[in-house]
Amino acid sequence: MALRLRWKRQRLLLRIWRNRRQIVPHVDRTQSITPTAILAFTTLRNEMLRLPYFLDYYRKLGVAHFLIVDNGSTDGSVEFLAAQPDVSLWTTAHSYKLSRFGMDWLGWLQWQYGPDHWCLTVDADELLVYPHCDSRDLHALTAHLDKNGQSALGALLLDMYPKGPLTNASYAKGQDPIAALGWFDGAGYRHRLHPVFGNQWIQGGPRDRMFFRADPDRAPTLNKTPLVKWHWRQVYVTSTHHMLPRRLNHVFDWPAKTVMTGALLHTKFLPDIAARSAEEVERKQHFENSVLYVDYYQKLIENPDLWTDGSMAYKGWQQLVELGLIAPGAWR
Amino acid sequence: MSLGVVMLVHSDFARAGQMVRHWAAGGCPVMIHVDSDVDTATFDWFVANLSDLDDVRFSTRHRCEWGMWGLVAATQDAAGQLLREFAHVDRVFLASGSCLPLRPISELRDFLDGCPQTDFIESATTADVPWTVGGLDRERFTLRFPFSWKRRRRLFDNYVKFQQAIGVKRKIPKGLVPHMGSQWWCLTRKTLTAILNDPKRRKYDRYFKRVWIPDESYFQTLVRKHATRIQSRSLTLSKFDFQGKPHIFYDDHAEILRRSGCFVARKIWPNAQVLFDSFPQATTPNGPTRPSTGTVDRIFGKAVERRTRGRPGLYMHSRYPNVKKANGISAAPFSVMHGFDALFPHFENWLAQQTDAQVHGHLFAKDKAQFADRSTVFRGALSDCARLRDYNAQGFLTNLLWTTRDRYQCFMFGPTDTPSIHWMLAHDTNARVWVISGAWSIPLFLSGRTAAETRAEAAHLQRCENKFLKALNAPQAHARIRISTLADFLDNPRDTLQVLVDQIAGHKARALSDLPEMADLGGLPAYLQELKNQGMHPFLTGDLSAEMHRNAAVNSEPRSYVVGHK
Repeated sequence: MALRLRWKRQRLLLRIWRNRRQIVPHVDRTQSITPTAILAFTTLRNEMLRLPYFLDYYRKLGVAHFLIVDNGSTDGSVEFLAAQPDVSLWTTAHSYKLSRFGMDWLGWLQWQYGPDHWCLTVDADELLVYPHCDSRDLHALTAHLDKNGQSALGALLLDMYPKGPLTNASYAKGQDPIAALGWFDGAGYRHRLHPVFGNQWIQGGPRDRMFFRADPDRAPTLNKTPLVKWHWRQVYVTSTHHMLPRRLNHVFDWPAKTVMTGALLHTKFLPDIAARSAEEVERKQHFENSVLYVDYYQKLIENPDLWTDGSMAYKGWQQLVELGLIAPGAWR
Repeated sequence: MSLGVVMLVHSDFARAGQMVRHWAAGGCPVMIHVDSDVDTATFDWFVANLSDLDDVRFSTRHRCEWGMWGLVAATQDAAGQLLREFAHVDRVFLASGSCLPLRPISELRDFLDGCPQTDFIESATTADVPWTVGGLDRERFTLRFPFSWKRRRRLFDNYVKFQQAIGVKRKIPKGLVPHMGSQWWCLTRKTLTAILNDPKRRKYDRYFKRVWIPDESYFQTLVRKHATRIQSRSLTLSKFDFQGKPHIFYDDHAEILRRSGCFVARKIWPNAQVLFDSFPQATTPNGPTRPSTGTVDRIFGKAVERRTRGRPGLYMHSRYPNVKKANGISAAPFSVMHGFDALFPHFENWLAQQTDAQVHGHLFAKDKAQFADRSTVFRGALSDCARLRDYNAQGFLTNLLWTTRDRYQCFMFGPTDTPSIHWMLAHDTNARVWVISGAWSIPLFLSGRTAAETRAEAAHLQRCENKFLKALNAPQAHARIRISTLADFLDNPRDTLQVLVDQIAGHKARALSDLPEMADLGGLPAYLQELKNQGMHPFLTGDLSAEMHRNAAVNSEPRSYVVGHK
């Protein structure tokens, strides 16, 4: 097994290297990266609605440089990003699906710029929260992880949704999306050990209970490892859910102790979701088996209401700790 | 009285410079030791930066590595130099570049004036206090540690194992009793001079050079030989995590640091601007108080506890309990009733009235989870969808018990309910499983169909139930389990139900006034006999005689004595 995964990792690295020319530098400001900088890596397409807040949010947390791959945006994202002083931008028109959902592209950037930096790999609709994130920035967090010999931070992808049909929520560029999407599922996440990658495989949340009742196996995976101290040997396997070497997936203690973890607030369900879903059905670029997802997108286009009596209003990281969704570990 | 400061610095020179200025502004001469690993340019910059301060000097530089002798040598030299160069200093405070004074230096001085001839140093014997992390406590003093723990871990470990194997036992110099404690102290000139000028110092130094982490034991041990009055505590607030690494204080700790009343705290996050801006305070708001670290201890103590034990029954990204262990599978005790609702048609309602527990129907029913309120999405957004539930049945139940841990949970169970949960119900120490075996025969009997028609179904139910009983009877089953056959139960239903309710309601339980209404069992024995005649032996029901259910009615009358009443 260990050997097979080693080969897999080497194969992925080779693949990243082979596909390196798929992305073309648009604006390259990577000279400004300092040795202690925390870097953010993102692939996106048409995210103009979320970008202003996204960049602000992570700037405040101490991200020094954003390395972004744009996959054919038409809504002005490219122009907006090119104008930002701390963004380096690459563009590509190749298939998102064939590049392992952008992981080949980002893998190449991480291989070049990542080593010895703490690297944050997030989508434009993911906002990282962790214990004390309102008062301590990522530098404090990563120093703590370094001190404890932890080289990765695990995070639970927490789907945020509004009360009422999805498109009824109102949101304008630059606002805090959590104000519009104030609700989440406080419990009910299924955990089990992943047989191959050795991490916990977590499923659940509103998408699971609304759209994947008939086929729970296909429900979205919610465990992620977004923040990693990079080494050139490392690769993400599928999105940021699993990593190789497997050591990095051990973001939890076996058997029962609690190490620090965070959560990614998923702002997928902003009002543009119906339009985006319609587009996704056209593009067929999403996830392992796009046919299965057609049904899912179809339901999203129908503008459902994800809210139930059991939903919880988001109040901050302390609430997530109390609910047992994130853990402060030894960080007080 | 005059206070001098020895400051050990190895990084974050900008912050360290700021700290030096605090001490100097408070009127304390400062002797700075800079790690010799620091490059010349940085050192020169640091010296130049502080050159405007008269009473700030730099001592001979040593190489300081955590756990090694260099730290003690550096402290010895710097302290000696301080005492020589500033003859009026009669107390020496040992600090580091990341020690932040919380209260005005003048208050520290007043405090020290109030305790003349007292040495403040945490110093405890290794024999009495099991503080150390990692198992090496007494052995720190009896083995040799020439290798760095940080850089040469394997060599360090192997050399320790080797010495343990051949039984190395160093002799502790005569007259010394090993003591340990925080590295940060405040000693009087008299004690410090006595330690530094001890006639046997060469011998002691040679001994301590091979002790592990001598900076936590050298002064702590020698002070016991020389001091007249020791307050065994450090004036520096510093907390350690479960691995023995210091906790770092951040901006959000400002309030607890303020309330702690401590004079100095470490370590401080270098970017904690709020802390550096607000400390040292100009005055202490509540007047001069003595340091009290209660709040800080509680907050950080909780961290250690939760970090090492976790929260039982919680499954999360960072916590996956070892399921082979029977402890901590679920968050709270819960009861499972198997077969009760077949015998008592309104059992759920009755039980909910008798106790204030939350009583669910068949949570693991085939079609859907029957939550107490029969909602489709239960607390914590649990769906009643059977498919989602059975996909990870154990996860479903642990999730339910975690979100509802503020209230006692009960649910009904039956032979056809999801079998993959059997294992957990039998193993979890929190589970209380009550079984009336053979109760499945009652609904079949009441359906009015003949034994011949129901034979196959009865056989199936009995097979399923038997599987469950097998799981419960397994040697590893740690749950509290009580199994009675239908016949046994009917022999005396009141006592069983009383214990069942007592267990749920705890001390609030009362003697049962009324029992739940029982299904009419007249003709059941005949029905069971007919099943037997068909070749299907209902062995799980026990021996039901025709009088049995008449007896049950008699025995369910309240007794003259009261069970479980407190």
